[in-house]
Amino acid sequence: MTDLSHIRNFSIVAHIDHGKSTLADRLIQSTNTVADRDMKAQLLDSMDIERERGITIKANTVRIDYTADNGEAYILNLIDTPGHVDFAYEVSRSMRAVEGSLLVVDSTQGVEAQTLANVYQAIDADHEIVPVLNKIDLPASECDRVAEQIEDVIGIDASGAIRVSAKTGIGIHETLEAIVNLLPAPKGDRDAPLKAMLVDSWYDSYLGVIVLVRVIDGVMKKNDRVKFMSNGTVHGIDKIGVFRPQMQDVAELGPGEIGFITASIKQVRDTRVGDTITSERKGTEVALDGFKPAQPVVFCGLFPVDSSEFEDLRDAIEKLALNDASFSHEMETSAALGFGFRCGFLGLLHLEVIRDRIEREYDIDLITTAPSVVYHVYMRDGEMIELHNPADMPDLTHVDHLEEPRIKATILVPDEYLGDVLKLCQDRRGVQLDLTYAGSRAMVVYDLPLNEVVFDFYDRLKSVTKGYASFDYQMTGYQQDNLVKMSVLVNDEPVDALSMMVHRDRAEARGRAMVEKLKDLIPRHMFKIPIQAAIGGKVIARETLSALRKDVTAKCYGGDATRKRKLLDKQKAGKKKMRQFGKVDIPQEAFISALKMDS
Amino acid sequence: MPEDWENGGFGLYIHWPFCQAKCPYCDFNSHVVAQIDQRAWADAYVSEIARIGAETEGRVLRSVFFGGGTPSLMDPDVVDAILTKIRATWPIANDIEVTLEANPTSVEAGRFAGYRDAGVNRVSMGVQALNDADLKALGRLHSASEAMQAFDIARSVFDRVSFDLIYARQGQTLKDWEAELRQALGLAVDHLSLYQLTIEDGTAFGDRYAAGKLRGLPDDDVAADMYALTQGVCEDTGFAGYEVSNHARPGCESTHNKIYWKYGDYAGIGPGAHGRLTLGGTRFATEAPRAPAAWLSQVRQTGNGDLCRDVLSLDDQFAEFLLMGMRLRDGVSVARFSQLSDNILINKINGLVEIGMLEYNTETLRLSQQGYPVLNAVLRKLLED
Ligand SMILES: Nc1nc2c(ncn2[C@@H]2O[C@H](COP(=O)(O)OP(=O)(O)O)[C@@H](O)[C@H]2O)c(=O)[nH]1
Ligand SMILES: C[S@@+](CC[C@H](N)C(=O)[O-])C[C@H]1O[C@@H](n2cnc3c(N)ncnc32)[C@H](O)[C@@H]1O
Ligand code: SF4
Ligand SMILES: [Mg+2]
Repeated sequence: MTDLSHIRNFSIVAHIDHGKSTLADRLIQSTNTVADRDMKAQLLDSMDIERERGITIKANTVRIDYTADNGEAYILNLIDTPGHVDFAYEVSRSMRAVEGSLLVVDSTQGVEAQTLANVYQAIDADHEIVPVLNKIDLPASECDRVAEQIEDVIGIDASGAIRVSAKTGIGIHETLEAIVNLLPAPKGDRDAPLKAMLVDSWYDSYLGVIVLVRVIDGVMKKNDRVKFMSNGTVHGIDKIGVFRPQMQDVAELGPGEIGFITASIKQVRDTRVGDTITSERKGTEVALDGFKPAQPVVFCGLFPVDSSEFEDLRDAIEKLALNDASFSHEMETSAALGFGFRCGFLGLLHLEVIRDRIEREYDIDLITTAPSVVYHVYMRDGEMIELHNPADMPDLTHVDHLEEPRIKATILVPDEYLGDVLKLCQDRRGVQLDLTYAGSRAMVVYDLPLNEVVFDFYDRLKSVTKGYASFDYQMTGYQQDNLVKMSVLVNDEPVDALSMMVHRDRAEARGRAMVEKLKDLIPRHMFKIPIQAAIGGKVIARETLSALRKDVTAKCYGGDATRKRKLLDKQKAGKKKMRQFGKVDIPQEAFISALKMDS
Repeated sequence: MPEDWENGGFGLYIHWPFCQAKCPYCDFNSHVVAQIDQRAWADAYVSEIARIGAETEGRVLRSVFFGGGTPSLMDPDVVDAILTKIRATWPIANDIEVTLEANPTSVEAGRFAGYRDAGVNRVSMGVQALNDADLKALGRLHSASEAMQAFDIARSVFDRVSFDLIYARQGQTLKDWEAELRQALGLAVDHLSLYQLTIEDGTAFGDRYAAGKLRGLPDDDVAADMYALTQGVCEDTGFAGYEVSNHARPGCESTHNKIYWKYGDYAGIGPGAHGRLTLGGTRFATEAPRAPAAWLSQVRQTGNGDLCRDVLSLDDQFAEFLLMGMRLRDGVSVARFSQLSDNILINKINGLVEIGMLEYNTETLRLSQQGYPVLNAVLRKLLED
């Protein structure tokens, strides 16, 4: 048991790539928490996908022992939180488990949109915030300017900001001292009834569900019987420990401490993030304020390319859902694609991560249909239907009106790209709410329809600003607008998986872009193929894919028989990546690519 | 009951893997070396003929084809040793065709009489283009007039002479090609191979193409027009196409290549050579190592130049039978394919007949005029699961 005054719990908030993971690694390494030989870059990013893309998806925790300059031994608990907007919710709940934050800003870049989004969450959670200026080893580092910017834009004192190079190790010692000296110790009462926060939970194939907890009051020990207050279930603690970052058993967890328990819980679903854990007997009466569960905002269909893999897909999706309460799924049948699932995600990155995991970890090739947001369809009889799939759009004669979700988007961008950013937002039906300057960078705030953002807004933003813009958003609510369902017909047959909801004023442009794209994406066939976009019965755009005119191998002699046969086999395998609609084969990537717009 | 291969007959392919220079478009197994020990090569070919002869005893040999590489770099003595051994090994068809591929330079033309005396009765010359600028762009070592001189010698030495042209070249228009084609038909003896330039991976052209530096190639539509024009003009001149890229006066088709396309048996000897042999009721695909030195030393050390001998399943045979046979104007025999496959093709065939790609009756299945230029697409449909 460690005295409360010798515990510090903190998180690191940063815009992506500002060095959060590198700093965490350095803190862990310099305190010998991990032996040098076990050190691999980005210790806390454990999933392949995380390491590969250099992003953090799930929060991760590590306990660090540190003997400070004052000679006292401290326990530092670090929660590494995701930086991406899709996982903002994950950030917010992790923040509730700690008392302070290191605000890491790349001193060659300055404050960015996710810096803001994340630091506001830290402020909301009443954190003490210690600014850290990172990458001072780089010649482009401008600490004074960035410190000033932090004060201007965020409004916190940055005069004492620590200057760090997470790469070379400069300032790491100062950072550890600042954690001890500037961040508050947790509060709590060892003798009060047990009160612990369920911070996160995930499934481990050996141990079952692992629950990350932050103890507020009281003590948890192995074999204790604890109650989850939201549903009253009681579990015996099988294993209790901390992350260093590997699991290490401890005898108990007391107030202020962060660690894990396992308790023969079968499914992640049986645990609720934000729940209060107390003892079965003589427990606390007062639960912590719960968190509201994360709501999926982007939906799409996932179908196996090879329809015989449907059961494997079900299995994969169910396993992934076990670990990810924010990922929803229900079975879907498409006339075009057969059996699959309609899945809900926190955002596009979340969608991509899940899709990648299914394809890689479960080895199932997928067709992903157009992502869609959740529309509210108000029927004439007053009923409201949540529309997750354009294919389910009810008959218009029964519909009174539609509402779509909107977001508040914050974009930071160097002045020279401002014009392009404004044009992009305007083109996506945005309404400008604010435009201010933070140093040489403009900060624009737009009210935008989520459906205009969901697909390729971020890609477009990156390309028009050469990667210099940063972007973050939050959902604001629903608003009525003139929305229609656009369907797509290939060779006169409707392809349900390509239908989408669009704003009436943008329908022609979208339809045109879509049929042109499809014309490029669908390979030529032996006959010509009309491709049309339509609203109801009315065709709004049309292209014709002309017939294949030449596809013949010029030379084919004795030695080529083998080669040609193998080529055909390869093409057969390639054809599995196609879907047949009537007589037409459509490559699976068309379902996503057709929706990317170039403007 | 006769074995399936007998519908195509039995031939022998001999691969000579050396060239004077490597042409930038060519992905044949050809190598440029400083020295060739012609005697050693002759011995190796002779030893391979003996080995295969023992397994195919009594078969009537209908054709021999010296391909390359550039077989016109062979000493006539080597060709003579090989043909002598062949005659001692198999019964020879009365009308046996013995073809040798020749590059059209004066040096090589000087050997033509020697080849004839050894038993070669047909040459196939790689003329490729009829103007110097394009020959240069194709990396050829001969000029158009040198090729014409070599060609004249060939006509005077051999009864049967074919030549190759490559079209759909960089910067070539439909009009350019029509003029060149008409000129070629004026020269032609009895057979012509007209290939559209194919950009092969792993060649200099392939690399240039991938880097976006091979400019001025006709697009697919122009290439399709060129193909259609070629078919029409050749037919009108008495050189109807009998295969995708091959044209002949009636009765002058290449016996050897028809063995491939009719899916007969053929032994392949030499570096990188492929063979198809039915032995003891099983059909095998054979393949030799591609590197000349590796092949030569393997033959010397083990007495067997093959790298592998794989059993062809009935499905494999069926696929090969179709993808070779459908190249022929006459198509394939329905009786034969029903024996090779219990696959229900009839729906696929009917679908393709409906869209005008195939012609089908109780005896033959063949491509329509319209289907010919998109043969690969038709095959993909026919062979898809
Ligand atoms: N030069 C320099 N590079 C750094 C420093 N800290 C991080 N980086 C690099 O910046 C990139 C992003 O770092 P990472 O820790 O993954 O950022 P995160 O996205 O905030 O977790 C990586 O390529 C790091 O190697 C630093 O102090 N100096
Ligand atoms: C084995 S090669 C050449 C024989 C001989 N060495 C010569 O070059 O004349 C047979 C024929 O294939 C054709 N050919 C080779 N590569 C080709 C390509 N990439 N595209 C089209 N035809 C090609 C040429 O017309 C060539 O004459
Ligand atoms: S085209 Fe003929 S000469 Fe040129 S490299 Fe190929 S085989 Fe040799
Ligand atoms: Mg990271």
